Amino acid sequence: MTTVTMTVNGKSVTANVDPRTLLSQFVRENLRLTGTHVGCDTSQCGACVVHVDGRAVKSCTTLAVSCDGSSVTTIEGLAVDGALHPMQEAFREHHGLQCGFCTPGMIMSAVDIVNRKGNALDEHTIREELEGNICRCTGYHNIVKAVEAGARAMAPGATSIAAE
Amino acid sequence: MYAFTYQRPKTVRQAAGLIAKNVDAKLLAGGQTLLPTMKQRLASPPAVIDLAKIEGLAGIERKGRTVVIGAMTKHADVGTSAIVREAIPALAALAENIGDPAVRNRGTIGGSVANNDPSADYPAACLALGATIVTNKRKIAADDFFQGMFTTALEEGEIIVKIAFPLPSKAAYAKFPNPASRYAMVGVFAAKRGSEVRLAVTGASSDGVFRWTAGEEALRGRFSPKSLEGLSVPADGMISDIHGSADYRAHLVGVMAKRAVTTAIGK
Repeated sequence: MTTVTMTVNGKSVTANVDPRTLLSQFVRENLRLTGTHVGCDTSQCGACVVHVDGRAVKSCTTLAVSCDGSSVTTIEGLAVDGALHPMQEAFREHHGLQCGFCTPGMIMSAVDIVNRKGNALDEHTIREELEGNICRCTGYHNIVKAVEAGARAMAPGATSIAAE
Repeated sequence: MYAFTYQRPKTVRQAAGLIAKNVDAKLLAGGQTLLPTMKQRLASPPAVIDLAKIEGLAGIERKGRTVVIGAMTKHADVGTSAIVREAIPALAALAENIGDPAVRNRGTIGGSVANNDPSADYPAACLALGATIVTNKRKIAADDFFQGMFTTALEEGEIIVKIAFPLPSKAAYAKFPNPASRYAMVGVFAAKRGSEVRLAVTGASSDGVFRWTAGEEALRGRFSPKSLEGLSVPADGMISDIHGSADYRAHLVGVMAKRAVTTAIGK
C-alpha cells in the first residue's frame, strides 16, 4: 500500500491505496464521487476526464498515487453552492446530451478548452478539441452548441444564460 | 492490471539506482502508453518507478542554435511553447497533433522517444532534425538511438534526461493519421539544415522510424516537392494491417514527403 494525499474539489484527502489504483477508481470507489464515469477504460472515450492541477486528463489512464500533492477537480467540484457552473448550465439549456453517460467528461473537457482557447470558440475549434471525447449516442450537434454557449457564459462579466 | 511495487525517487540518480536493482522494473513518465499496456496485461512489471517527482526533468530552453527539451515535458507544453513555436514551429505543430488534448496533458517527449512506437510522431522529429538524446550516462545521436520497433540504444538503467534539437532552416511534419487512434498511418518529417536534407518516416515500416535516403538524395539538388516526383518507395518491410496494406503505406510515404516539403518551403 502507498499513502497518497491530494486535494479533491477543494478538500484534502489522504488514503492508503494499492499502487495500481487508477485515479478514476480512486474518486469513484474511495471517495464515492461517481460523477466521473468510466466508459471505454482505454483512454479513448473521455468519459473519465477530470482536471489535475488545472489540466484535463483521462483519469482511467492516471495512477492515483501519481497525483500525490496535486489538486484534482471532478464534475462534482464545478457547481458552487448548488448553482450550476456556466458550462453545466449551457449543457442543460442546449440539451447537450442524450443518454448523459459522456456528459461529465464532455463538460470537464469543455471547461479545459475554454481555459486554453478563450471564450470565443468556433464550431471547428470545438469539434477538433473534443477529439478525445466520444458520445456513443452521436449527439455532437447540441454538445457543440452547448460548449460554444458555455464558453461565452464563462467570460468575466457575462450574464447568465437564463437571463439572456 | 497486475500488482506492482510503486517507487517515487526524487533524483535521476535515485531512479537509476532503483532500476539497477530491479532490471524488470518500468520507468513511468506520462503513462499514456505504459498504463494502457499494463491494464491489458501486456506488461506486468514487478515495480514501477515514477519519474514525476524528480525536479528539473521538465522544461524547454533555447541554447544558441539549439532547443533543449526536458524528458518529462508534456506534449501540450511543447506544442504551446513560445520558444519552440518560434525556433522550430514544425516541432510545436507535431506535438499539438499527438493523440487528444487530455493525452497531451500527460504524455511526455521522453516517454515517447524511449518507447519508440513504430507509429509515434516524436521519433520522426528526432531523426529528421538530427536531435541528440541525452541520458544520465551519455549523449546519443538520433541516428544511433532508434534501432527498430520498440527498440532503442538505451541500456539497462539508462534514463533519458533531455533531448536537444538543432534548429533547421526549413522543416515540416506531414502526418496521415489513423482516423480512430490518431497514430500516424504514415508521417514524414522533412528538415533542411544548410546543405543537409533529412526525411524521417514513421508509421510505415515494421522496423520503426527510418530515413528515406533516396528522397533525401533527390531533395539535396533542389528542396522542392517536384524533386520527389517519380520516386517510389519499396513496399518490402512496410506494415500491412487492417488499416492499410504495405503497398498503400509505401505510396503514402511519397505523398506525405511531398506534403511535408511543400509546407516546409511555405508554398
